[in-house]
Amino acid sequence: MAGNIEPVSARREAGRGVAVALLVWAMLGGAMVATWAAMRRWWFPPLASSQGADIDRLFGIIFAVISVVFILVQATLGLALWRFGSRGESHRASHWHEHRGLEIGWTTITAVTLIALTVLGGSLWLRVHSAPPADARTVEVVAEQFGWRFHYPGPDGVLAAVDLTADRRGSPLGIRSDAPGAADDIVSRELVVEVNRPVRLLIRSKDVIHSFYVPNMRFKQDAVPGRVVEIWFTPVQAGTFPIACAELCGVGHYVMASTLKVVTPEEYQSWLASFARGAL
Amino acid sequence: MAVLEQDVRAAHEEQHRESLVRRYIFSQDHKVIGIQYLATSFLMALIGGVLAMVIRLELGWPGSVINQGSYLSTVTMHGTIMVFYVLSTALTGGFGNYLVPLQIGARDMAFPFLNMLSYWLYALSLIPLVAAFFAPGGAPMSGWTAYTPLSAVPQAAPGSGIGQSLWLLSLAILIVAFLFGSLNVITTVMQLRARGMSMMRMPLTVWGLFITAILSLLSFPVLLAAGIMLLFDRHLGTTFFLPAGSVIGGKVIAAGGGDPLLWQHLFWFLGHPEVYILILPGMGIVSDIIANNARKPVFGYPVMVLTMAVIAFLSFLVWGHHMFVSGMHPMLGTAFMATTLIIAVPSAIKTFNWLATMWRGKIRFTPQMLFAIGFVSVFVTGGLTGLMLGNPAVDMYLHDTYFVVAHFHFVMASASLFGVFAGLYHWFPKMFGRALDERLGRLHFWLALPTTYATFFPMHFAGLAGMPRRIYSTQLYGYLQGLEGLNRFISVAAFVLFVAHMIFAVNVVYSLAKGRRVAENPWQATTLEWTTSSPPPHGNWGEREVVVYRWAYDYSLPEAAQDFVPQNVPVEAPVTAVARQAGGQVAPATG
Ligand code: HEM
Ligand SMILES: [Cu+2]
Ligand SMILES: [Cu+2]
Repeated sequence: MAGNIEPVSARREAGRGVAVALLVWAMLGGAMVATWAAMRRWWFPPLASSQGADIDRLFGIIFAVISVVFILVQATLGLALWRFGSRGESHRASHWHEHRGLEIGWTTITAVTLIALTVLGGSLWLRVHSAPPADARTVEVVAEQFGWRFHYPGPDGVLAAVDLTADRRGSPLGIRSDAPGAADDIVSRELVVEVNRPVRLLIRSKDVIHSFYVPNMRFKQDAVPGRVVEIWFTPVQAGTFPIACAELCGVGHYVMASTLKVVTPEEYQSWLASFARGAL
Repeated sequence: MAVLEQDVRAAHEEQHRESLVRRYIFSQDHKVIGIQYLATSFLMALIGGVLAMVIRLELGWPGSVINQGSYLSTVTMHGTIMVFYVLSTALTGGFGNYLVPLQIGARDMAFPFLNMLSYWLYALSLIPLVAAFFAPGGAPMSGWTAYTPLSAVPQAAPGSGIGQSLWLLSLAILIVAFLFGSLNVITTVMQLRARGMSMMRMPLTVWGLFITAILSLLSFPVLLAAGIMLLFDRHLGTTFFLPAGSVIGGKVIAAGGGDPLLWQHLFWFLGHPEVYILILPGMGIVSDIIANNARKPVFGYPVMVLTMAVIAFLSFLVWGHHMFVSGMHPMLGTAFMATTLIIAVPSAIKTFNWLATMWRGKIRFTPQMLFAIGFVSVFVTGGLTGLMLGNPAVDMYLHDTYFVVAHFHFVMASASLFGVFAGLYHWFPKMFGRALDERLGRLHFWLALPTTYATFFPMHFAGLAGMPRRIYSTQLYGYLQGLEGLNRFISVAAFVLFVAHMIFAVNVVYSLAKGRRVAENPWQATTLEWTTSSPPPHGNWGEREVVVYRWAYDYSLPEAAQDFVPQNVPVEAPVTAVARQAGGQVAPATG
């Protein structure tokens, strides 16, 4: 019929199928090679927290599962294109469009896999958010456009109340000098913690939403004005690690950096001592 | 039902006497409105695409083109335009309008006037949107998600001034347009199906658009309400989203009492269904295109319908996966994780069904089939990373990094977009009577698929290495220094991808003028739109009445002479004879 699809040569169409199959497989191969190459250059930064180890392990499990599915599906897609390109007028597609067994099979396998991932993921998530151990040290984290402040309770273990709306000279967090526990409190621009000692963070924001992100700890928590989020982690490697802001917070979002120093207990004590006078 | 149908007919008879302006500009014909929606979305895609190029220039060569504020405005407007003003409008407004009546055998939408209004509201919404670029302080800078308080308080960022209000106003108007549109689609599908067109005979394209319309109707009002509340916060002194005791850009929020997380809940209550609004129509379109080009019935048709419905239902229950680290209660995170991982089951089943549809087929590699194949490939890639993000502990590391950017660009900027392209290659001949050039179409695909992977796949690595999204430059952080080469590579790939998609623009212009003329049914398809002329007349089938006798997938019936039998060919008739001259003849009305 005039204007209808041109009768294509069977050879040509089958050839196209092979070509597209090769293209799909090339994407598959490219993705695999790129991932393999990336693993040694652009992968997770070095791990430094105990929760992070669990997170990386779960990531590994999911990564394995989805890699298998990815390879199987892309390979099958290519195979279908390779094999079932049109082979001329005489040949006809099969009228095959239901298969109970297949359908029940792949639904069950998928569902079981995902339920397993849900159980694994749920239990880890609840562990990450469990109550902090008794020996955890407490630090209050205050975010503002565009920087971080870390508020330590000092030797008395009492965090003085902060008042972020107050503009008090000498105290960036608006701590009244006569507030209970205030005398020995410390406010720092970098976060210093002891190695192998859980640290409990009380995260809050002065203005807009920020996100406290420490890649090496696999740790991230939004700082939301109006609420205090309590969460903890345990650093297990000494060293200096970057802190970034992960939630868009304004023009200076990309410079909202700080540093996390994980030190030995002795170094920690001497760092505290350096604040002995006039910490606020 | 009968009354509605008569109204539609009457409206049509009137329209025949109308002027050119009424026919092509303020038209009430669903086909014209569909094409208007598509054309406008296309123009917006050019703007959104140019903005993407600016983003990639900046990330490839930091500090080279724009300043920090403009960068954030660019990111915000790029996301907003692509999600709401390109993909949503093209799929629901464009294909929804054009295809739904034609595929169910209706003469028009149920409410043609509302339909015209819908398009013109969309056009109207573009005025404040574009004006936002020129507002004092510039276009909004709070991202397409407009998180409060950044978006609520003018002091928080230069772009949070009048630009943000214009953005909200524009979105509010657009949402009203979507609501009119979805009401129309739902009513049309429920009321105006041709005789014999039972729900379970509808093509999956219609199912996709129908379920999407229900999703839109139920979820967009929530964003509309949230947007109005935010406007109140900004201009009338309310504090729905502002907590007491904060100081924003030097402004003390003393009264407060609101909660920034309220905005996130409201936003994502729409935001997540919205992403399925962008994929379900594509899933329908691609299912039909694969069946047509593999010359096989869709595998597991009832399951395909069911999975769409399940996805749509579940998509109302997963929004919290965008908020795992927002500070909402961790138990909520666990619940949202469960629903999120469950929603992957129907998505996976659909993928297996597409593969099974191709299996043992007789595949024709038309450009629309190539894009449908590409759709399956990129949808799988993007969907699988969703499983990582759906795990809250893993998401704690990946949230707001480039890994998420990679994920949603695979499902939206790749899969949804490929769905749109597949649909355009397939239905362009119906719209304009001329086919898009096939060779240019192949070139488009052969460039677009590799560059799509080259652009978006490496973003996973940037995310795994810890690169946050929406940052102006990676140079500040020592740990991101090693990503410079990677980012440059992505940028170059993105430029080529842009060029690849521009080939499509060239193709449209060329084919409108010089494309191969086609008859009623160039793809030898079974659905009703191919049983009328290309382009169809007002009223779609002239005086003929459309009666449907079979489902949309009678391909390669063993007993039929041809390898397709259109839906309007009676079952009891000797299939061989009728099918031969079918090419689209409408069965004579009976009774
Ligand atoms: C296969 C099932 C899918 C799962 C399990 C899934 C899961 C997720 C999760 C957990 C997030 C949040 C990540 C984060 O911000 O940390 C996310 C983000 C996103 N997803 Fe999916 N997703 C799936 C499919 C899709 C589809 C089909 C689309 C769209 C067509 C989509 C579009 C998006 C978008 C746009 C975002 C990011 C929004 C933003 O933060 O700007 N996803 N997805
Ligand atoms: Cu910040
Ligand atoms: Cu979502």
